[in-house]
Amino acid sequence: MIGSASPPTWVGSPVGRVEDDALLRGKGRFLDDYEPVPGIWHAAVVRSPFAHARIEMIDTSAALDLPGVACVATGEEIASVTRPLPAVVETEVEHFAAAKSLVRYVGEPVAVVVARDRYLAEDAAALVMVDYEPLEPVLDLEEGLVVSDRQFSYGDPDGAMEAAHVVVKGRYSFPRWTGSPMETFVTIADWDHSNGSLTAWANFQGPFTLHAVAAAALGLSGSGLRLITPGDSGGSFGVKAAVANAVVLMGAVSRLAGLPVKWVEDRVEHLSASSSSTGRITDLEAGFSVDGELVALRYDVIEDVGAYLRAPEPATLYRMHGSLGGAYRVPNIAARNRVVLTNRVPTSLNRGFGGPQLYFALESAMANAAGRLGIDRVQLARRNLIASDSFPYTTPTGAVYDSGDYERCLDDVLETIGYNDRVAAQTTARAEGRLVGIGMACVVEPSVSNMGYISLAETPEQRAAGLPKSGNSEGATISMSPSAGVVVELSTTPQGQGHKTVAAQIVADQLGLSPADIDVVADLDTHTSAWTISSGNYSSRFSGIGTAAIHKAGRILAERIRRIAADDLECATEDVVLKDGRASVIGSPDASVSLRRIAGRAHWNPESLPDGLEAGLRVTTYASAPNLEPADAHDRIASSAAHGFVVDVAVVEVDRDTGSVEILAYASTHDAGTLLNPRLVEGQIHGGFAHGVGVALMERLVYDDDGNPKTTTFMDYLCITAPEVPDLKSSHIETPSPFTTLGAKGLGEGNTMSAPVVIANAVRDAVGVDELELPLTAPRVWALMEQA
Amino acid sequence: MKPAPFEYERPGTVDQAVKILAQSTGGKVLAGGQSLIPLLNLRLSFPEVLVDINRIPNLYHIAEDEGVVRVGALVRQSTFGDSSLVQSKVPLAAQCVSHVGHYVTRNQGTVAGSLAHSDSRGELPVALVALGGRVRVVSEEGQREIEAADLFVTDFTTSMSETEILVESSWPVLGPEWGFAFSEFALRHGDYALGMIAVAIHVHDGVVDQATIVAGSVADRPLILEEASRQVLGRPLDEHVFSSSREAAVAAVNPADDIHATGEYKRHLIGVLVDRALRSAWKDSTGGING
Repeated sequence: MIGSASPPTWVGSPVGRVEDDALLRGKGRFLDDYEPVPGIWHAAVVRSPFAHARIEMIDTSAALDLPGVACVATGEEIASVTRPLPAVVETEVEHFAAAKSLVRYVGEPVAVVVARDRYLAEDAAALVMVDYEPLEPVLDLEEGLVVSDRQFSYGDPDGAMEAAHVVVKGRYSFPRWTGSPMETFVTIADWDHSNGSLTAWANFQGPFTLHAVAAAALGLSGSGLRLITPGDSGGSFGVKAAVANAVVLMGAVSRLAGLPVKWVEDRVEHLSASSSSTGRITDLEAGFSVDGELVALRYDVIEDVGAYLRAPEPATLYRMHGSLGGAYRVPNIAARNRVVLTNRVPTSLNRGFGGPQLYFALESAMANAAGRLGIDRVQLARRNLIASDSFPYTTPTGAVYDSGDYERCLDDVLETIGYNDRVAAQTTARAEGRLVGIGMACVVEPSVSNMGYISLAETPEQRAAGLPKSGNSEGATISMSPSAGVVVELSTTPQGQGHKTVAAQIVADQLGLSPADIDVVADLDTHTSAWTISSGNYSSRFSGIGTAAIHKAGRILAERIRRIAADDLECATEDVVLKDGRASVIGSPDASVSLRRIAGRAHWNPESLPDGLEAGLRVTTYASAPNLEPADAHDRIASSAAHGFVVDVAVVEVDRDTGSVEILAYASTHDAGTLLNPRLVEGQIHGGFAHGVGVALMERLVYDDDGNPKTTTFMDYLCITAPEVPDLKSSHIETPSPFTTLGAKGLGEGNTMSAPVVIANAVRDAVGVDELELPLTAPRVWALMEQA
Repeated sequence: MKPAPFEYERPGTVDQAVKILAQSTGGKVLAGGQSLIPLLNLRLSFPEVLVDINRIPNLYHIAEDEGVVRVGALVRQSTFGDSSLVQSKVPLAAQCVSHVGHYVTRNQGTVAGSLAHSDSRGELPVALVALGGRVRVVSEEGQREIEAADLFVTDFTTSMSETEILVESSWPVLGPEWGFAFSEFALRHGDYALGMIAVAIHVHDGVVDQATIVAGSVADRPLILEEASRQVLGRPLDEHVFSSSREAAVAAVNPADDIHATGEYKRHLIGVLVDRALRSAWKDSTGGING
């Protein structure tokens, strides 16, 4: 805490993270530390060395002969006690938790060994003999198996494109990359044969739609799958949504082995076989009028989701559907979306989730268009940005942009970076033969996803045949003990963002306490927590909807306390204020009663409570984000509840000799609505920025021509590290969202969406090329210069 | 990511250590373990016995003796790089150490381990070859010295036998008329370099009369660039020399493609690094004249 005096409100103050004391003392409790049941055995997974092959034979006898080995479960045995994982779009390719007879990516599980310890399990895994008949893998996106092919048209894209003065066409490929959490996947599975149910501990991050997926694959209904996630996390960045698969796999293995089983993924498994972002090819046409007005966009997208269409995919493709026009008022948009399977690891969530891919195409096209049109990049953006007086703004594809002042953000970032001086300095540098470039991008950052957007992968007719899906909701519980201790229970499965801190700030304001007085529990137990199908930690949903549930629960509890206090103080409820641990009559601070006394009365003397007040001080409630209707018959979707805005400018210098890209300056202006905690904001922004710079300059999951992953350790997967992250100057404009309780919007993904294309545009400007691929490693930039 | 079973021995003397190695088949010496332990965990190496030499007391020395700095087998890379003796007497070695892995791995990794590991992307082998240093190895049969140029056979293979332990490396102390430079290029801080160059030149009366240029990361062992070295002899270094040495260097290497860079890029890079290192070494030896 900074200073001793309380700020006017805790929300909005740079409160220090309540999480950090325990973490810095080494008192964090991660799932690998857990031994929740006695007698846990350890699993190692036998994985396919082929990207595509038929399993001819599996011989487990040598592994089973090893002392200390309890069970070797083959894919066929695992399939005998499970069902295929339900997918968003049904395909002919059945996806079991382990391969039955055909492997489709390197690293796909084919058997699981259960042994006394992990060492023995790995010894035994090496003794499992598998005969494969290798088959030809499919790696080229354009040759992938198409499992969804949809065409969309909004306005009159054909007519507008025809009439356009300039049409800028380009192909923009985005590589697979990942979030690299320090903590890998961990699952402990304890099958109960007495009632055929599973209790699983997993460092899962949601969305809890995948709880339903896992339960269905395990053949469990109702309360059959009890899923518990620890409060501490070693990071996720979206990647740990895919832990749901491991819950199915280890659940089945625990059932077959008759033992509680723990599996801790190693780094090679994680980088080769856990999950990945999608790879995407976008052919984009952007039509402009003679004075630079963006009149039409036509997308043709091929999305590589890997060997199986794993839920919630193809969500990466549709998360941004409401925002296909980005920050611009473009009325005519066409899109063709093909989702293809290739022999690579199945994809799932990764920070930015569709945003980096979309904006790499759209904002590259804007940069290339500025050159073609002979209009300065800033002027071209200004010419097309949605005006500040048009909010809430409905996009042609159905999003409702809640609030914003895009031009003010643009002005702010230009001032922050000193744009005019930078342009002058670039001119001087070029005269000296130096390769200095300037890039920018404007990015609308959606948050709080509509659960219904994924159904755009189906046609309106297919959707009409099923139950509609929409909305995004969250629950929270707040309780006050007999001695006025306050506990908040979250269902937002935080992965390091600081949800506990913000929850304590919100409730401290409502109850007249300090954040230090509030205990927050982040562990989630599907048998006891107030979760919903949309719970979890994704689509930057905490600031918009997680806080709404906490705020609502806190409001109800505060109201109950004020009613009891009013009875005590013989005044009207609306005259009671909660401050400094006491309830007092407004204007008469001497007339007051302590929260401790009120709580004591509620617990010890419920007979005395005012009429209509129930005993106990525990509130569980739910909040729903507004305006998230199901997709309509014209394929319009309000894909997210809130929309932040990010505009970035980067200045880079390319080393002529080596092709190395140095970022000389980088500025980013955000409008994320009301900032709940400026200190957490900076942490989130810097993290999202680092992730974006990673894929811009070095990170890429590489496969060889046979489909073998080549980036299976941190020696080869060039995860960005502190020395490679440049300085970031960030600043903020606040236009509160009218659609979220506290006016806040998501902000942790924006720079992951913007940085890749901003840096790409700066490199384009520096070396004078239009076409390039990420990541822009020194050897690739050197090759670009050689070609130029 | 757990190693396969192995025996573990922790002898208190070199004699005991070499005895254990002689009696085992497939024994491995454990010093700092910064390369060996990952290889064990990845199950890329399956030694029968691991001989941990960390408790052997007399392998921790750094001392100048008869024109060389002698470095014991258990001297950590960070100790070596931070040593004022090494910094003043073997500046090339001190320069290159900061490129070896990361700060924390250097606190554990040893100089001798890096040499014995014989990774063609290692910095210390390149520096030792450039300086014409040597190592002392011991087995039950006795001890012998091996010239650096003869030590590195290919990746992960030295001319030592499996029963020998590298107990000391010797780093020649060269005089004030020498100039040194170490230059490398990696994609991330602490990564294996895509290319590296060590240069040692002797300047007498304003002209270079001895020169060694050694490349790393471009062949299966440190590669002495003979022609590029010859190009700088007999004259003061100027643009023409930088350019001809650079061309000779590029012509002498033929690195393979990998996932990070094409062989073509790495060849080009060697030229860039030769140019940078020569300019720096020339400046180092002349105090900047013509540099």
